[in-house]
Amino acid sequence: MARMDFEVVVLAGGTSRKLNPLVSQEVPKALLPVANRAVLSYVLELLEASNLKDLIVVVEGEDAALRIGGWISGAYVDRLHVEVAAVPEGVGTAGALRAVASYLTANDVLIVSGDLVTDVPPGAVAATHRRHSAVVTALLCPAPVSGPSDTGTSGGKEKAKKPVRCNIVGLDPTRQYLLHMATGAEVEKDIRVQKSILRAVGQIEIRADLMDAHMYAFKRSVLQDILDQKDKFHSIRQDILPYLIRTQLNSEVSDNGGIKSESGMDNMSSQNDLRWLSQHRAIAPSAFQEPHAFSLKLLPDARRTHKCCAYIAGESKYCARLNSIQAYSDINRDVVGEASHLSGYSFSAQNNIIHPSAELGTKTTVGPQCMLAEGSKLGDKCSVKRSVIGRHCRIGSNVKIVNSTVMNHVTIEDGCSIQGSVVCSNVQLQERVVLKDCQVGAGYVVTTGSEHKSESLARK
Amino acid sequence: MDMRRPPRTVSDPKVRQVGFVTPSPAPPTRSLSDAPTTVAAAAAASASSPPSGEISLPGSSLSPVMIPPPRHASSDGRPSAPVAVPNPASSLRRDSLRIRVGSYNASEVVLGTPPSASPSSRTDNATSEFSEETMSPWHGRSGTAKVASSFPGSSGEMIVMKTSVGGGGGAGSTPKSPLTTASVVKTLPGISEKERDVLMGTQNDGAGVSKTLKEKTTKAERRALQEAQRAAKAAAKEAGAGVKPSAASGSAVVANTKQGKVVKPPSQKKDGPQIAPPSGSSEKKVVDRPPEKDRKKDVPAPRMQFDDKHRVEKAKRRAVVNQFEAKNRVELFRHLPQYIHGTQLPDLEGKFFQLDPMHPSVYKVGLQYLSGQISGSNARCIAMLLAFREAIRDYSTPPEKALVRDLTAKISSYVSFLIECRPLSISMGNTIKFLKNRIAKLPDTMSESEAKSSLQSDIDRFINEKIVIADKVIIRHAVTKIRDGDVLLTYGLSSVVEMILVYAHEVGKQFRVVIVDSRPKLEGQVLLHRLVAKGLNCTYTHINAISYIMHEVTRVFLGAASVLSNGTVHSRVGTACVAMVANAFRVPVLICCEAYKFHERVQLDSICSNELGDPDVISKVSGRQDLNHLDNWADNENLQLLNLSYDATPSDYVSMIITDYGMLPPSSVPVIVREYRRENLWI
Repeated sequence: MARMDFEVVVLAGGTSRKLNPLVSQEVPKALLPVANRAVLSYVLELLEASNLKDLIVVVEGEDAALRIGGWISGAYVDRLHVEVAAVPEGVGTAGALRAVASYLTANDVLIVSGDLVTDVPPGAVAATHRRHSAVVTALLCPAPVSGPSDTGTSGGKEKAKKPVRCNIVGLDPTRQYLLHMATGAEVEKDIRVQKSILRAVGQIEIRADLMDAHMYAFKRSVLQDILDQKDKFHSIRQDILPYLIRTQLNSEVSDNGGIKSESGMDNMSSQNDLRWLSQHRAIAPSAFQEPHAFSLKLLPDARRTHKCCAYIAGESKYCARLNSIQAYSDINRDVVGEASHLSGYSFSAQNNIIHPSAELGTKTTVGPQCMLAEGSKLGDKCSVKRSVIGRHCRIGSNVKIVNSTVMNHVTIEDGCSIQGSVVCSNVQLQERVVLKDCQVGAGYVVTTGSEHKSESLARK
Repeated sequence: MDMRRPPRTVSDPKVRQVGFVTPSPAPPTRSLSDAPTTVAAAAAASASSPPSGEISLPGSSLSPVMIPPPRHASSDGRPSAPVAVPNPASSLRRDSLRIRVGSYNASEVVLGTPPSASPSSRTDNATSEFSEETMSPWHGRSGTAKVASSFPGSSGEMIVMKTSVGGGGGAGSTPKSPLTTASVVKTLPGISEKERDVLMGTQNDGAGVSKTLKEKTTKAERRALQEAQRAAKAAAKEAGAGVKPSAASGSAVVANTKQGKVVKPPSQKKDGPQIAPPSGSSEKKVVDRPPEKDRKKDVPAPRMQFDDKHRVEKAKRRAVVNQFEAKNRVELFRHLPQYIHGTQLPDLEGKFFQLDPMHPSVYKVGLQYLSGQISGSNARCIAMLLAFREAIRDYSTPPEKALVRDLTAKISSYVSFLIECRPLSISMGNTIKFLKNRIAKLPDTMSESEAKSSLQSDIDRFINEKIVIADKVIIRHAVTKIRDGDVLLTYGLSSVVEMILVYAHEVGKQFRVVIVDSRPKLEGQVLLHRLVAKGLNCTYTHINAISYIMHEVTRVFLGAASVLSNGTVHSRVGTACVAMVANAFRVPVLICCEAYKFHERVQLDSICSNELGDPDVISKVSGRQDLNHLDNWADNENLQLLNLSYDATPSDYVSMIITDYGMLPPSSVPVIVREYRRENLWI
């Protein structure tokens, strides 16, 4: 039996267009290094720490699936039991689920996005889900503050603005139920709240500072029904979740669906026998048990409702999704900085990580919240601040690297200055290159003396 | 006298646990005087003297206290004249230790027997013998080497003992039970009298006394020996071998002198959790033996006292749920668990996948208890049963294990998890007892799948018969008490009362409902909402207005979490107040309660057994953000908030209890508990 009757699906995505030029055929999004570990490893290790060792990883694209599968089997052999499923590109998250839905058997399914970097225990979401017998439970976390945090040094202060508006979320006064969710383009539009929901709850709290972290717990039977019946649905976030929220007081899934007939829910049938007891609130829970059970009046048939719940992560938890280039730099910085417990490395007294095999020239300084992976060499008089440098990089003298991410096997020649940029693997920066807020795609060669600002450089 | 005594003895242990004992006339002394034994005479005098002289304590309370002293006496080893008996058991003497044990036993016998004896007093000699015999094999099973060794010696004695007992029984009509008890008691008191000083000072002396004691031993005494050995072991564990005797003696002495402390020594002895249950149960068994059928009703292990730091620490280490104890606790309620609210749930949720042995449905119910989503004893009980049902369905016996044992252990672990989430209600305790009993009774020949399905159908039947149908019956009964024009008052939210009101409305009775509510839960609003939606004529008020509104009321219907065998009603806090006011206004108070919630426990107050709610909720007033004077109250050491969950309504205020067996006066509760439980309730 699946642990606690939960199965886990990790949606690892494929090669996201948003992350060009960082991702490529060789490096699908799930394998992007964050603090020199593939981003997917953060999710996998989070799940492993929660004792969830049977996973299904869904990847878009055969190539990417092969690569990710190979990487997982190398890195997690004997630790996790992972099945990798490949789906065609562009089917969306709902499509990806559709592909694996028939393999799911447990009562509930935990769906995690592969680009999530967090320390929120998945068990908390699952437990909330279970406790409420909800149809779906979403993890909401405080929206990340984009741009370098306040403690950051020079660069990019202007970017440290308001939190990004990711979602508009409507919650009931106890903040347990999800009553409204606007995502994507809808965020900019007017908010339309259903009257029936508002009437049932009495009060609705609209929050713009919460982000949907893409960790969901679904009731499997409902999820499968929706996937079957609504073949137009493309994405969990934009289609399935809003649909469930919209119809929670007029459910089309929870009662006519297969719930009762499914195995594992004998409970329900025995509860039918107990219908006489339906006045016990807990036995036949109405949608909202809050002090005034308004919903009872509105909904004589409580069975036509289902519950959409939210688990709101505490302020102290770190939670971010790698879904943009900005997010990539932010997460890299946070993982060696404020959320350093996520990285799994132990930091030196200087609050940085320098691999013993890395070589530093004279008068070279590596500041706090930096990371220098194995085999990298720095020349003389270099300065590295709040940056991550990958494996086997060769860096000349008089190089300044600030607020940047440098991946593996990068050659940086003398006199370069890199600020707020992402330099992918196998890039060559020739002498005296100045980069500011740039992204350099894999294998690109930046010629001597060139200066770039806010550009995306990649091989055509 | 006999009639009076048995109930008291039964009730005593429970009351004692709590530490609240209302002094009652001392029966032991009386019994002593009654006992006409030859041996007794001198001893009796001595026995009677200590209680009267030293302690004003009620005799009933004394019995627990007395236990330790006998041991001292025996350990002292001074042969007491009254005790002296031809002693065949030389083997016993060999070890000083053993001897001590023996003496200990004697003392214990006193302890164990008086209560046991008194109930048994009704029964004849045969029963007592029988009980003893049964006892001995039992001991042998559990037994340590020591016990075993002592047995052969004692076996010879046994016969002697029996005969002596018989003689004793013959002597008096009441006598019999008193006899055995008397001898025991006498040994103790005699010792104490002669060498009270000795007792106080040294207790480790020779075992001469003990030997003599042994010689006398009746079956009861032998039993006592076994118990004593066990207790001695426990003590040894507790205080190291060398220190043991002194410590024990010390405690005993203390016990003699002070009642308050008297209560404690036994608990200390029981420190080790494993040790405690057996000793407790053995004592119980002694009590229960005569009525064999009742034996299953083993007295529950002593409740955890949360002011006992040592044990709390221990429990914490075992606990699944991280519990942070609240700081400012009201002194009188220290013995109840209270945790900082809001820390448990997130912690437990975070561990969702990490708790291995827990079945998901049990976990879910635990979370729901913890978050308050399920409340009300019927709902909690049903939710628990359904969870167990699922757990049983998914259960498979591991290889090399027996279903009966393994499943019982599983259920126990589930129960302890649920207790961590929220203390059990009495009804749940009864239910669990039922389930475990069913498991234990499964025939060995039954296959696993059969056993599982039989258990599942048992659970279904329990829910159906004991709750669902019971509710229906209660409603039928209750409706006959509703007349047109009545004004019915109810308090809080009781599912049965709600169903009664709705049903009465449906059958066309014309009545009005007054719903009394109280902060902080305001459960009455839910009831109000539902009743109004169904078209009932309602009045809603808070409990502060109870004396005003009671004028117009003609009946009071109340629910109950439990009804105890002295007729006390254990229910949502505030119920007692409502019942009392109703009583003052001569309004009949009808308690609606399913019989599965009845419990043989006797409770006189709501202090010893209760539940503490979240203190924060009483400091906050919803909708009044400006009333924040009590914010951060936890930082103020001088302030303690008390949010009690239950109270005890004395039976004086209860006119009638409506149950599935009919409508009874509160004084009939013990009958239901005794008769129906045995024959019917446990199916």
